[in-house]
Amino acid sequence: MTSAFDQKLLLRLRIEVALADYMHTIDSDRLEDWSSHFTKDGRYRVTTRENYDHGLPLCLITCEGGAMMNDRIIALRTANIYEPHVYCHVPGALRITTVSESFVSSESTFIVVRTMSDGAMDVFACGRSFDTFDTTGDNLMFRERTVVLDSRQIHTLLVIPL
Amino acid sequence: LQEEPVRSSGTETNPSWSVGDFTRAPFRVYSDVEIYALEQERLFQGPTWNFLGLDIEIAGPGDYKVTYVGEASIIMVRALDGRINAVLNRCAHKGAVLCYKPRGNVREFNCVYHNWVYNLDGALTGVAFRKGVGGKGGVGPDFDAAQHGLRMLRVETYKGLVFGTFSGETPSLNDYIGSELLASIDRVFIKPLKVLGYHSQVLPNNWKLYAENNKDSYHASLLHVFHNTFGVVRPNMGGGIKISPSGWHHLSYTERTPPNNDETGREKVRSLREQYKLQDPSIMEHRLELGDLITNSIQTIFPNLIVQQILNCLAVRQLVPRGVERSELIWTVLGFEDDTPDMLELRLKANNLVGPAGFISMEDGCVGGFVQRAAKADPNAMTIMPMGGHAIEPSEGSRVTEAAVRGFWKAWRSCMEI
Repeated sequence: MTSAFDQKLLLRLRIEVALADYMHTIDSDRLEDWSSHFTKDGRYRVTTRENYDHGLPLCLITCEGGAMMNDRIIALRTANIYEPHVYCHVPGALRITTVSESFVSSESTFIVVRTMSDGAMDVFACGRSFDTFDTTGDNLMFRERTVVLDSRQIHTLLVIPL
Repeated sequence: LQEEPVRSSGTETNPSWSVGDFTRAPFRVYSDVEIYALEQERLFQGPTWNFLGLDIEIAGPGDYKVTYVGEASIIMVRALDGRINAVLNRCAHKGAVLCYKPRGNVREFNCVYHNWVYNLDGALTGVAFRKGVGGKGGVGPDFDAAQHGLRMLRVETYKGLVFGTFSGETPSLNDYIGSELLASIDRVFIKPLKVLGYHSQVLPNNWKLYAENNKDSYHASLLHVFHNTFGVVRPNMGGGIKISPSGWHHLSYTERTPPNNDETGREKVRSLREQYKLQDPSIMEHRLELGDLITNSIQTIFPNLIVQQILNCLAVRQLVPRGVERSELIWTVLGFEDDTPDMLELRLKANNLVGPAGFISMEDGCVGGFVQRAAKADPNAMTIMPMGGHAIEPSEGSRVTEAAVRGFWKAWRSCMEI
C-alpha cells in the first residue's frame, strides 16, 4: 500500500517530469512538438503580473487549442523575422494547489536565460506559471498553462514560447 | 534650396543636409548624445503635444498615473475638482520624484525625502520644519512658497486622450492635429473605452527609428511577412495615407476590397508562400464595428503617440526614449465598455497579431536595432527616403511611399532648429 505521503510525492514527481519535458522541448528547439504537451483543446497564455494582478484580460500570447499553437510555430519558422536565439528554462519552486480525480493544478516559479547568436545573454523572463494538468494518461498533459511574467517589459520581442 | 550647415551645438556639421531636404538624414541622429539631449529640451519640452494617457485611467479625484514626456517623468492626476493636471514628477526642493509608484490615489503630493507637500494643482502647501524647531532653523523670511510650486504642463484632451505640453507656444491641440486627422480619431473612439491591459516592449534603438517605422507604410508588407505567408494583406489592397497640413502627423489605412486577380504587388514580395494556411484562422476574424471597411489604421501624432486599429485590436502606443540607443513602447490595449463576452474574446484572440509577441508587429522590435547597430559604422553617411519623391503629401490608393517619414523629419527639424 502506498501511503498518502508517497502518493503526494509521486504526483509531485509526475508534475516535475512534465515540466522538465516541456522545457526541454522548447530549449532544444523541438518546437513542432510544443503543442503535444497540451490536451487537444488545451489553453496557453502568457501575460504579465501587472495585467494578472489587476484582473486585466489582455495577454501577450493567447492560444486556444493545439491548432493555434501550431500556427505560432509555423509563423516562427516561416514568416517572423528575428535574430536567432535560444532559451534555457530554469524551473524553480513548485507548489501543488488543487488535486482532483482527473487533474492537478500547480504553481511554479521559473527564469529563462536568452542567448543570442552572437553570445549575448540576459535574463529574458522571470515569473510564475499556473498550470493545470490532465492526470488521466500515462504522461501529464497541460489542460491550461498561464505564464505570468514579473516584468511588464519584453526586451525586443517574444517569439519562442515560454 | 538654401545650403546651410547643420546647427547642432557642438555636433559635427553636415553640409550636405540642406535646410528643407526631408529625403535624407545623417545616421548620427540616432546615436549622437548631444542631439539626444537637445531633443529633450527642444522637441519633447518644446512646441509639441505629448500623449500622457487616457482619462479613464484616472477616473476619480486624486487618481494618478506616472507617465513620460521624453525621458521626463510626469504625473497625470485628476484634481479634486475633476480637471486633469500634469506636473513634472520632481519635488521643487531636492528634486526627488514625488510619485514612485506607477499609479495610485492621493489627496496631495507628499515628498518622502523632506516632507514637502503640494496640492494636486501643483502649489507648494507645506514645508516640514518651515519655522524651524524651538525658534531655531527653518527657512528664511524671504522664502516665498508661491515661487516653489511644481512645474506644470498645459493639458488638453481629445476623446479621452490626454496630452500635455511644456511650451506656451504649442498651438491648441485641435489646431496641432488638424481636422482631418481628428476625424480619424473620432472614427475609432466611437463610444466609452475600456482598458484591456498593457504591454511594454523595450526596443534596442533610438526612439526615432520606431517613430519613423510607424510612418513608414512601405515596409508593412515587406518586413511583416506573416501578411504574405498567410495571404492577409498585400500592397495592392485598397487604402492610402493621410497627412496633416503641417506634415507632422499621419494616418495609414488599408481597406477591405473585393478579391481581384491583380498580380501587381505580389511579385518580388519575399516569402510569398500561399501554401500556408492558418490551422485556426479565428485570430483573423474581423467584426466591422466602426462603420466602414477599414481593416488596418495606424495613426501617428508627433512625437510620441500611435493610435492603432488592426481588425478589432484597438490600442494606443506611447513611445518613450530611454537613452540614446534605447526606447520603450508602452501599449495600452482597448476595447469598448459595452463589449459582449463574445466580442472581448474575439479581441483577445486577435491581439495575437500585435504587441511584443504579435505575428505582424514583433519584427518592429528588432528591425530598429538592426539600423541602430549599422548606423554607428559611419555616422555622417545618410539614410535616404526616396519612395514617392520629395513631397510630404497624402496618397490615395497606395501606401508605397515614404511621404509620412519625410513629414517626421520636417517636424523634427522644425523643433530642433536643425
